[in-house]
Amino acid sequence: MTQIAQERATPLPRKAAVQAERLSWMLGITAILGFLYLPIAVLVTFSFNTSRSLTWPMSGLTLDWYKKLASNDQLIDAFFNSVYVATSATSLTLIIGVPAAIALDRIDFPGKGLFRKLILLPIALPGIITGISMLILFRAIGFNLSLEAVIVGHATALLAVVVTQVYARLQRLPPSLAEASADLGASGLQTFFWVTLPNIRTAVIGSGMLAFTLSFDEIPVTFFLTGRDNTLPMYIWSTMRRGLTPEINAIGSLIVLMSAILIFLSVMLLRDKTKPKK
Amino acid sequence: MTTIIETKNLTKKYGDVTGVDDISLSVEEGEFVTLLGPSGCGKSTLLRMLGGFEEPTQGRIMLAGCDVTDVPPSKRAVNMVFQDYALFPHLSAGKNVGYGLRVSGMAKREVIAKSREALALVGLEDRFDAAPHMLSGGQRQRVALARAIVRRPRVLLLDEPLSALDANLREQMQIELKHLHTKVGLTFILVTHDQTEALTMSDRVIVMRNGKIVQSGSPQDLYENPRTGYVAGFIGNTNLFRSRVETEAGKSVITCFGQPLAAPEKSASLSGHDALFGFRPEKAALVSNTEQPRQNTLRGTLADVLYHGKSARLVVDLGPERFVVDVPISDVSGVSGLPQVGDPVALNIEPHNIMVLEDEVTG
Repeated sequence: MTQIAQERATPLPRKAAVQAERLSWMLGITAILGFLYLPIAVLVTFSFNTSRSLTWPMSGLTLDWYKKLASNDQLIDAFFNSVYVATSATSLTLIIGVPAAIALDRIDFPGKGLFRKLILLPIALPGIITGISMLILFRAIGFNLSLEAVIVGHATALLAVVVTQVYARLQRLPPSLAEASADLGASGLQTFFWVTLPNIRTAVIGSGMLAFTLSFDEIPVTFFLTGRDNTLPMYIWSTMRRGLTPEINAIGSLIVLMSAILIFLSVMLLRDKTKPKK
Repeated sequence: MTTIIETKNLTKKYGDVTGVDDISLSVEEGEFVTLLGPSGCGKSTLLRMLGGFEEPTQGRIMLAGCDVTDVPPSKRAVNMVFQDYALFPHLSAGKNVGYGLRVSGMAKREVIAKSREALALVGLEDRFDAAPHMLSGGQRQRVALARAIVRRPRVLLLDEPLSALDANLREQMQIELKHLHTKVGLTFILVTHDQTEALTMSDRVIVMRNGKIVQSGSPQDLYENPRTGYVAGFIGNTNLFRSRVETEAGKSVITCFGQPLAAPEKSASLSGHDALFGFRPEKAALVSNTEQPRQNTLRGTLADVLYHGKSARLVVDLGPERFVVDVPISDVSGVSGLPQVGDPVALNIEPHNIMVLEDEVTG
């Protein structure tokens, strides 16, 4: 009797242990996700709150704050300034960064190692240092503080992002591909556009997206280099000094939505059609 | 026959290391030439210089009578099949083949027609739209071939094209490559470290070592008359031994690890000198050991028997060295007709089957 009971009893605690382990895993994962996304959820939720105060429970649901945004010219200007800056800075870094990465990968020149490290340095420098030094430089050469100055400032810091990503991808590309292309009669430019670029496409798009995001919410460099024009993060920051408003929550929610769309787009674009599906 | 490609004193140095050392060779139009040698012998570097991927340190390359030494690969009328095939992963098999035609500005319809034709030539007409990763190793190899021949190059360069394939497929591709060569009538220059590959496919084999050509000739010529011990050992198997040529009672005699053998005629002039000798495993015959001592016989102990189907390879211990001998297995007695491991055996070697080889510093 006791023997049977024992035999039955052993598998049961084991099952329970497995379940307990699974439960603790689930709890852990939930905690991490909560840590990451709870603040954003709060932001989005309060953007629909009728009351100005950020207290729970909410007093009611409204779209008023979004309507207010639509009529806030300053904010709309700041948003488009940010889009302008981020787009230009990203294009600029890609135009300089991709050829630089190819040069690093394919051409041997004296001081190559040093060049590589120097290109990577700006990403390690605090933005405030980049900002101040560029401010001094621009003042010295008489370049007006403007959104264009911000673009140049962002591009210097972001170059490292593009060069590292694209260079890493190029390193994985067999050199025989470019040789085969040349062997088949292609010029250097044809090889670049028809062989190299299609094969580093995902790295270029990925690093471009990252550069765009980093530029879009950049404050320190922008702070020093912008003239009268405001970018969106700068506008939000200056409004915040007058207190947290539900309007800010609404902008924040819109930015979250925009990021989600960007992420979705990049996932769609980066889907590798050449990889076998298993 | 006209010379299609020629090198004159071609040299490639990497710092202090000489990869290719003063090589002059010429290849006839339509020839299938193989550069054979172990890794690091300079064969690939030589091929890459012919393709324009490496710049020679010294020397010239002539293609169809024109100096192309300084012409970039894109402007040279030669095409290369790369060791890793170098298929463009983002293009279909058909587009890979058509790439070289497209860059030259050919009309799209014509490009497609010609690529289909080239794929058909290698038996892949139905895989036109397949992506490279959907193809098997052998199929990728064929696409690479089709891509290289579709432009009708003056010379087709093949850099170890079969090394990535498994043994069965490799044998099959050797035959196909040979057929393709006959069918398209192009000049093929192939690089390999596999002597079987070289012997099966080529009209002429060029054996290389340390950046230099050791010997060049038809496969049969190289097998039967290797110039040096190195060639004899690299192409097929050879039992090598060193001996002084001595004259006894008007006859030339050599000794193989203490056992006397009649010297081959070719060594008559070497009387009084040391020389390197060798014989092929299939050129020795097993004789019954119980017979009376006879001429041209080596005695030893059977150390191992390797069964090869129609024949067996016997490893014979001669004391300081082990020799290998291939003997046919008779249909009647089978393997049981062979001596047992540990038995004393005697090998008969006729003097005309002994090769006199040039000495070479080994290392």
